[in-house]
Amino acid sequence: MRRAALILALLALAPQASAQPPQGAALYAEDCVKCHGAKGVGVPGVGPPLRGVGAGTADFYLRTGYMPLGSPHEQPYRKRVLFDERQIVSLVRYVASFGSGPPIPQPHPEHGNVAEGLHLFTEHCAGCHQVVARGGVVTGARVPPLTRASPVEIAEAVRAGPYVMPAFTKSALSDAQLDSIIRYVEYAKHPSNVGGWGIGFVGPVPEGMVTWLIAAVALVAICTAIGRRVSG
Amino acid sequence: MSKLRDWLIAGGVLLAGRRPPRPRPTSRRIVEARDPNTGSELLATVLFLGAAACALAFPFLYAFDVPALTQLLGLSLGLACMLLAAGLVVVGKRVVVTEELEEPYPPPARVWEQEEVVQIVEESTDSISRKRFLVVAGGAAVGSLGIALITPAASLGPVLDMDPFFRTTWKRGRRLVDEHGKPFRAEAIEQQVFYTAYPEHGDREEIGAPLIVVRLEPAELQLPAERKDWAPEGIVAYSKICTHAGCAVSEYRVPTFAPVEPKPALVCPCHYSTFDPAAAGHVLFGPAGRPLPQLPLQIDAAGHLRAGGNFSGAVGPSWWGVRNRKAKP
Repeated sequence: MRRAALILALLALAPQASAQPPQGAALYAEDCVKCHGAKGVGVPGVGPPLRGVGAGTADFYLRTGYMPLGSPHEQPYRKRVLFDERQIVSLVRYVASFGSGPPIPQPHPEHGNVAEGLHLFTEHCAGCHQVVARGGVVTGARVPPLTRASPVEIAEAVRAGPYVMPAFTKSALSDAQLDSIIRYVEYAKHPSNVGGWGIGFVGPVPEGMVTWLIAAVALVAICTAIGRRVSG
Repeated sequence: MSKLRDWLIAGGVLLAGRRPPRPRPTSRRIVEARDPNTGSELLATVLFLGAAACALAFPFLYAFDVPALTQLLGLSLGLACMLLAAGLVVVGKRVVVTEELEEPYPPPARVWEQEEVVQIVEESTDSISRKRFLVVAGGAAVGSLGIALITPAASLGPVLDMDPFFRTTWKRGRRLVDEHGKPFRAEAIEQQVFYTAYPEHGDREEIGAPLIVVRLEPAELQLPAERKDWAPEGIVAYSKICTHAGCAVSEYRVPTFAPVEPKPALVCPCHYSTFDPAAAGHVLFGPAGRPLPQLPLQIDAAGHLRAGGNFSGAVGPSWWGVRNRKAKP
């Protein structure tokens, strides 16, 4: 009874909370302005201007924890998100207000085709992210795995090209093709395993290592069988 | 040809000819005479001949170039090595009398002791009844394994006619198309994006066909003087085939904010050879020994991208003499 009353009270308070003025500007002044400058004009040599980057890019950098960055010279990587959902929404809205830019994409991976996605992923993404979407390296930077990337984040990254990743415009990759790619990445997070030992599904390197270990043990066994230990 | 026949005859004579037994220096035996271990000899011979047969199967399988036979290729080589090893194990353990010596080497002055060692070695194999046969079988195993191992050299290609390596379908005026055959318009090439292009009406499987096309800021380009007009509007095209081992250059590293990020580069995912698209494909990092071949570009009246000629150098993985030749139409 008491709990129900509490919930009712909270529900009554909720509209008031959302009616508060957007905290985007305040959060921006607190956490972003040092590198990106007031109103997103950028700081030469430190942080890029944010005018026209659009809501999609801002949403990606905030939701993945890429921003805020400890130092402008380090590579952003997925880490603890500093803002809650409401703060992200208001901050994204504030950054998007700097200039007209692409909105947050709304992918529909359920309309995509896994086979087409694999083909497109191999052509456009696998060079860096590997065909299993487990990440890798490009000289000078690490390539993040896509195991924790949500469909919206994938679409945002493909259109924006974060850090040293190339961007893919709609003429290079249509929205339908992007849906297929996301469908494939979702599949690659949990590939259908028909048996055997996946070894992380990261490809031939661990498989080769396992083979070599087995071969090495077999060779040692053969050596022991045909040789004799000389004492002293 | 006649020289080869002479060698073959000489080899046959050497192999088959009988040799008078070498006189022993002393009549006293050091290694006890024992009965020949014919069973083990036979086993070793069979193993050696099996190894030879497996190894000889390799060139035959290789000649019938069926893709499904790759496992058989591996199997034949693997079995040959295994059988050879097994034969040597049998010879070492069963056929030759073995003895372990843990004495320091005698000073070389005492010649008779050295002769004694020679005698021991010779007498150790005395009990082998078919020594020559065993040697021939072992030699056949090793020889055919050698033949099997050099067989893949046949795939290195024509020894004298190297022209196919330098021929590409690119020539002045040929349009660049995407994988669906649609011609690329220069205005559709955007910065921060990379494109894979092929020659219009050309064989895409050819090693010189695929290109990687990117647009850079014209002011950032550092092309040599003779390539000044190879990059209209800052659009550059390079062969997509890495000059190290021939993988597809499929990584484009392009900074979002240049001052704090690595500069643009084309990277091959196989061994991380890194090329500078702004500086004529110069190698920035990795095992590649020469720059990516650049294709001169032109924009025609309709705004389509066309080749302005052929590549700046030979396309594909590197090998001896590759730098001295040019790509040909």
